[in-house]
Amino acid sequence: MTDDARRQTPDDNAPDTNAPNTNAIEDAVAEEEVRLLPANPILSALIEPFENAVWSTSHGQDVVTLPREELRLFGTAAREAGFEVLADVTAVDWLDRHDLRFDVVVNLLSMQHVLRLRVIVGAPGDEPSVPSLVPVWPGANFPEREIYDLFGIEFSDHPDLTRILMPDDWEGYPLRKDFEVGAVPVQFKASHKVT
Amino acid sequence: MTTSETDERSTKDPAKKNSDRDTTREELDLWISGTEEPDEVELWDISSTDEGAQEMREDEGALRLKEQRGVVVEDDYTFDEELPDDERMIVNMGPQHPSTHGVLRLQIELEGEMIRRTKPIIGYLHTGMEKTGEGLTFMQGPTNVTRMDYLAPLHNELAFSLAVERLLGVEVPPRGQAIRILMTELNRIASHLVAMATNGMDIGALSIFTYGFREREQILAFFEKVTGLRLNHNYIRPGGVAAELPPGWRADVATICETIPARLADYDNMLKENPIWTGRTRGIGVITPEECLAYSITGPTLRSAGVAWDIRKAFPYSGIEKYEFEVPVGERGDVYDRYRVRIEEMLESVKIVQQVAEAMPKGDYRTDDRKVTPPPRQRIDESMEALIHHFKIFTEGFRVPPGETYVAIESPRGELGCYLVSDGEGKPYRMHTRAPSFYNLQGLPTMMADSLMADTVATIASLDPVMGDVDR
Amino acid sequence: MARRSNPSNLMMTTVDKAARWAQSRSMFPATFGLACCAIEMMATGAPHNDLSRFGMEVFRASPRQADLMIVAGRVSQKMAPVLRQIYDQMGEPKWVISMGACASTGGMFNNYALVQGVDQVVPVDIYVPGCPPGPQSLMHGILTLHANIMAGTA
Repeated sequence: MTDDARRQTPDDNAPDTNAPNTNAIEDAVAEEEVRLLPANPILSALIEPFENAVWSTSHGQDVVTLPREELRLFGTAAREAGFEVLADVTAVDWLDRHDLRFDVVVNLLSMQHVLRLRVIVGAPGDEPSVPSLVPVWPGANFPEREIYDLFGIEFSDHPDLTRILMPDDWEGYPLRKDFEVGAVPVQFKASHKVT
Repeated sequence: MTTSETDERSTKDPAKKNSDRDTTREELDLWISGTEEPDEVELWDISSTDEGAQEMREDEGALRLKEQRGVVVEDDYTFDEELPDDERMIVNMGPQHPSTHGVLRLQIELEGEMIRRTKPIIGYLHTGMEKTGEGLTFMQGPTNVTRMDYLAPLHNELAFSLAVERLLGVEVPPRGQAIRILMTELNRIASHLVAMATNGMDIGALSIFTYGFREREQILAFFEKVTGLRLNHNYIRPGGVAAELPPGWRADVATICETIPARLADYDNMLKENPIWTGRTRGIGVITPEECLAYSITGPTLRSAGVAWDIRKAFPYSGIEKYEFEVPVGERGDVYDRYRVRIEEMLESVKIVQQVAEAMPKGDYRTDDRKVTPPPRQRIDESMEALIHHFKIFTEGFRVPPGETYVAIESPRGELGCYLVSDGEGKPYRMHTRAPSFYNLQGLPTMMADSLMADTVATIASLDPVMGDVDR
Repeated sequence: MARRSNPSNLMMTTVDKAARWAQSRSMFPATFGLACCAIEMMATGAPHNDLSRFGMEVFRASPRQADLMIVAGRVSQKMAPVLRQIYDQMGEPKWVISMGACASTGGMFNNYALVQGVDQVVPVDIYVPGCPPGPQSLMHGILTLHANIMAGTA
């Protein structure tokens, strides 16, 4: 299996996807545990100054979980550390998670160091808002508009936060879990929910 | 449908939406073109092609790279103070346009023939594939994902399958990996042939269109033999590929590998030094490496600007590191360099295909894990377990342990990634595709700024956007 | 089935037949390729399966100059008013072929984003099934349309 993590990690294949919310981060800091840092010096130099950042691995890939206020600071630091390219920005709707319903997932790519990094921040369910990464990577313009369009998460300081995929007068945010797929009942299918 | 009904349509209540649709479907049953329209049906309001806030606003800039980074730009437009406001005109191109490569809409602010600002408006092909993907099992996933970038369908399937396999922790046997590389590299050739064909046709070299599609027919015939379909194959599935290569495939691949380099040499002779072609492509649509990295542009566009980045070399997948090939890199980042990078990439892909065909390992084309790939049909008659596995895979689908991952491969347009989140069920919890054309399109305003209107078409064609990828 | 309004509704005169022969033998399709089906439509115009043997290789960009609209691909909610506007700009007589599963019925994407069948927006003469329909299926659809026009039923 091709891996883009070349370091020994203490807990490989730990699928910690339900990103720990800020309560867990505060607990960890309060108990003064030894903070887990990656073996890769570039990554550990990047993550270390951010005390609220939690590093983990997911199937061999590095994941950093942050409180959302620090996203742009972390992004600026990452860009200076060598992550010139923002590979992807997307979001996940965890409907059953009551405190921070949305996850905004940022995938970073460093061409000079041949590294990938994933940054996950959480946003609450009502009036979700996350700092925009457009001042750091202008390539975040379209994907953040797409997340706003499909999830309703607002990005502060985005130059042009309008819908991008749906018509301008569309109501609702289609990729949220409580938005119906909108399937038309088909004549010969047994169930209404058609796949 | 009246405009009030269009508003009702966009609410969240599908039951109401469906009932409206049912009645109008009855009324429209016998409506044949040329007859008079039934009285009850009202037409769409013509002004509803307006996209409101998504369109380009007259008074704002902030589309320039420096402005987006927060740098204050002085002396933006050369003749800003001298020209009155009504000298600038906003022109709409698309979404139905012969040269916009699908349903791309561009709003261009012109000052005479010079382009000052551009804004792409997309979404005209939004299919809700990511939402549909949440309702399909992991085995049905490739049918959905394959229609995103419809010129490189096998690449979409490969990205999705690699993501699922990483979450499952399943290894694909070497023969399966080699078949995947064979098919995806042939698909790269087919996709670049369409890019060359449409690039030529848009610039005016109409015969290149016929040549490009003629070569493509050979590859599509091979795909039809192997997968059953010319396009949108659903061949690369989690666990391996769907079926074994048919007998006689080596001869077909050998024919393709012989004819394509010879014909490409012919087209190159026709175009490489052609003064009309170079006059229309050199120095047009230039993008610098810094702009490419800032806008997350990858693929031939990035390589034409001089950055030697190819995921096949940096993060190899599916055993591609066993084959020798080079990554062509351009210099100036203009349309001509992109054309040359694509031609060279086609020749490199032919090399890879030849190596794969020579060194094709024996073995199974999909993993042994019967919970993931269905058992062979003969086994179903013999073994009860095989029957149960088959039944479970095709009805419920296999379950993938909870997790999230991001896998990226090099598609003909750039970095094609799949971010997959599973919560332990048989269907993805969230399936997101990092579409290369979506990000490449952000570089279009930069490429077109301060150039002539007549070069728009060449620039868009060289960027090679596929709107299915952009809008998903 | 409703009949197309013709100058002479009473009987099939030679002039009428000649008019229908001319209409069917030199149709200009309008470029309305949307998605994957557009690639197959281009392949149908390409040398291997040649549409110009039927007089149709000239895809007119302007709908005012076209008389056939081949809706090739999935029609999203945002695209539907544009589709209607293009259809309205075409001059009579005009025909519509709905190419592929997504254009005919919404295809495999039964969701919020697509118009489930382009016949909710424009009237359709021929539905060509397939995902995507190969060039031979599309040509069969086109030739059926030609035959229908010659017979006076389209």
